[in-house]
Amino acid sequence: MKHTLLAFLLLLAAALPARAQDAFVAALPGLAGNFNAQAEAVDRLGALADPRAIPVLRALADGRLLKLADNSLVIRDGTATTDVLTGAATEAAGTEVLRINNRVRVALRGALGRLQLVSPDPAERLAAAEAVFRSRSADNVPLLDAALARETVPRIRDRMAIALAASRLLASDPAAKLLGVEALGASSSPEARSVLLEARAANPDILPQIEAAVAAIDRRLAVRRAAETFFQGLSLGSVLLLAALGLAVTFGVMGVINMAHGEFVMLGAYTTFIVQEACRGIPWLLPWSLPLSVPAAFLVAAACGALMERGLIRHLYGRPLETLLMTFGVGMMIQQTVRLVFGAQNREVLSPPWMQGTLMLPFDIPVTQNRLWILAFSLVVLALTVAAIRFTRFGLEMRAVTQKRAIAASMGIRTGRVDALTFAFGSGIAGIAGVALSQIDNVSPNLGTGYIIDSFLVVVFGGVGSLAGTLVGAFGLGLVNKILEPWAGAVLAKVFVLIAAMIFIQRRPRGLFAQKGRAAEA
Amino acid sequence: MNHRMPITRRAALASFGAAIAAPSIRPSFAQAAPIRVGVLHSLSGTMAISETALRDTVLMMVEAQNAKGGILGRRLEAVVVDPASNWPLFAEKARELLAVSRVDVTFGCWTSVSRKSVLPVFEELNGLLFYPVQYEGEEESRNIFYTGAAPNQQAIPAVEYLMSADGGSARRIALLGTDYVYPRTTNRILRAFLISKGIPESDIMEEYTPFGHSDWQGIVSRVKRFAGEGKKTAIVSTINGDANVPFYRELGNQGIKAEDIPSVAFSVGEEELAGIDTRPLVGHLAAWNYFMSVDSPANTAFKTMWQAYIRNPRRVTNDPMEATLVGFQMWAQAVAQAGTTNVDAVRTAMYGQKVDAPSGYTLEMHRNHHLSKPVMIGEVQADGQFNIVWRTPGPIVAENWSPFIPENANRRRG
Repeated sequence: MKHTLLAFLLLLAAALPARAQDAFVAALPGLAGNFNAQAEAVDRLGALADPRAIPVLRALADGRLLKLADNSLVIRDGTATTDVLTGAATEAAGTEVLRINNRVRVALRGALGRLQLVSPDPAERLAAAEAVFRSRSADNVPLLDAALARETVPRIRDRMAIALAASRLLASDPAAKLLGVEALGASSSPEARSVLLEARAANPDILPQIEAAVAAIDRRLAVRRAAETFFQGLSLGSVLLLAALGLAVTFGVMGVINMAHGEFVMLGAYTTFIVQEACRGIPWLLPWSLPLSVPAAFLVAAACGALMERGLIRHLYGRPLETLLMTFGVGMMIQQTVRLVFGAQNREVLSPPWMQGTLMLPFDIPVTQNRLWILAFSLVVLALTVAAIRFTRFGLEMRAVTQKRAIAASMGIRTGRVDALTFAFGSGIAGIAGVALSQIDNVSPNLGTGYIIDSFLVVVFGGVGSLAGTLVGAFGLGLVNKILEPWAGAVLAKVFVLIAAMIFIQRRPRGLFAQKGRAAEA
Repeated sequence: MNHRMPITRRAALASFGAAIAAPSIRPSFAQAAPIRVGVLHSLSGTMAISETALRDTVLMMVEAQNAKGGILGRRLEAVVVDPASNWPLFAEKARELLAVSRVDVTFGCWTSVSRKSVLPVFEELNGLLFYPVQYEGEEESRNIFYTGAAPNQQAIPAVEYLMSADGGSARRIALLGTDYVYPRTTNRILRAFLISKGIPESDIMEEYTPFGHSDWQGIVSRVKRFAGEGKKTAIVSTINGDANVPFYRELGNQGIKAEDIPSVAFSVGEEELAGIDTRPLVGHLAAWNYFMSVDSPANTAFKTMWQAYIRNPRRVTNDPMEATLVGFQMWAQAVAQAGTTNVDAVRTAMYGQKVDAPSGYTLEMHRNHHLSKPVMIGEVQADGQFNIVWRTPGPIVAENWSPFIPENANRRRG
């Protein structure tokens, strides 16, 4: 490590003209000027290849570069401040933070990229290659050539090669340009495509080659875009699945039209918020607050569900209209209670770091982390639900009671208890859905209202009483929605989906997976 | 049938909520009848994220005015109602304020659709409404004073900035908005403006989403694709309400940096950012006529007063709050000058009222019922505040009838 660092410094020093030392000092005052002067000074520092520039530029980018009253610059690091020129510790009194705008930020990215291309840290080199690609300039060609010759990590080599090709496109040498076009055309990155399109106007002489390169990228991108849309459809489907799964149990299995289902989802989201706030006091627990919320939300929502079933719904079995109105009213009361306790304002539920950002799947298909986790989570919840119904004693009793209540009772099953447990189970799943939704939607008292219609749609579309139907219905509706969205816009796509679902239900009132036999008549 | 459910449910909820949340301040020492100040802001529903702070601002101003002895020796009394982000309910609540509570003035509304909903009520009953939010223009009711920005005081300067060297020289613009009158009209004006600047139709993208939209992945990746056509691209957002939170989260997750695709928002201020982690958003822009970070004596006083009133030293101020404050001060001055709360007399007295606003400028109410305002562009900082990167040298007069809408060609200006 020490050796590489030494070699790195020596390399820079060797590249350093004697005047550069003074040029570094001369460029500094510009950093404290207006945005124009700042951008210019950053460009000059980036061209110097002086290692002292790196901490200064980084500090400027992070808002840690301060100006003292006597116009000298200092870098703040935590509580300590050091002078840019002497490196000596200084007092931070009377300082002013140097602010930047996007133009300076763009210049900073380019300058830092140039300076860090030969950094010993692979992560920095990768970021530098990306930055140099974005701030492409013909001046970077020799720099990138040298860096590429030394680079050993394949991933960084790829990025550098693309950056080099993009920079060559701006060079004056036609042979170099063609080399650049060829290299960019061989990639499958949308950014490379954008660079090529940008170069069209300036290079009419090599237009056919550019067009060919763009077409080549387009062919590769078409597959990727389809995959992207497919993933977005799956992601929307997973959200629908989570929201509808609890309903598939309470409505599908028990036949209770529970209009307060959305409110159980909302209670789950608020439980997530409470668990997060409770974990705040214990720092090591905070990253685990989301996983901890899952059982907590299940218990809270299940308890509310059991209470509602025992207290109200059981008196109304066989009277669907009254059940509908009553659960609707309970839903409003839950909503208003939450509003009174937590206020009408949205509550902030933090995303843990492992749920932020984009993950690149093979073939460069970008998926956002939070959506990926929710997709996986929804499938796990579905699997557990199926397992609970198929393989447990409780599931067996539940199916028995659903199929023929009287016979189940005569076999010694306490049907009332099974009803309560089933309803609590369905409500608990709704609570779990709330944990996932807190990551992608606003945690507000209205959270559930937005999902209740979609949930009923999914359950009815898939076929009442069929978990497989719920699965297919959720992903089917999600995919159709996302495939239509680019053509019709978000508002119209939803309208089309609803119309299609209406026509479908007209044709097949029992949904995709219609129940057959005795259960169908029940 | 399921479809109609949320509306009826919201309406029912709202009236229930309003019954609970109507803490009108009872006068304790007034001899003369109090002056009644109506507050018509959504305290629940999708707009509560933005409007709740405005209710508190009005209540703060009422309290401060009472501490100064009221107006004309009369106490002020606030009447708060909750229209619950439900547009027809706004009209009902406006009628209730004017006909039942007999308020002398009303401060209220955020979305244009709510203002359009109450406008006929205020005109019919000759009420007085102060509307504190930037909007699309194309309106000039004698019963409304517009203390927010018209398009030429916000949208057009913001797009000009995006197209300037400092703003990134954008040549391709994605117009994203919530699906209602304000974004649609603003984008119509902006489209005409962009075309007049030589931007071809093919370089403008327009997308609308419903209120409270949460699934932004498709739209954000389409914007990314739109940006990959070899021209510098920028986003102009007229997204309103809490849909902004998942929108910005998606921008962050998909790695859209302000250096590559800057976005400028017209309805996102300090209050909306309070609910999100702004670190991935540093450099994205908002255009307003006031930012909390403005350095002026009036602003320091405003911030101190607000944080003391709300008993939270970390609560933020924002542009519509400032517009509410300016409107309230002007109204108080106009009532004092007219010597009565009679709507017609106050209206006449309003013209030419001046207030030293927290934005650091002296604002004047013109006969077109709009204020002259300075325009500022701020960049989001990691702490949720805005760093002002551009501002007009002075206040500009509102063009509420935009010259970029062809139907306005024959209209009188000013």
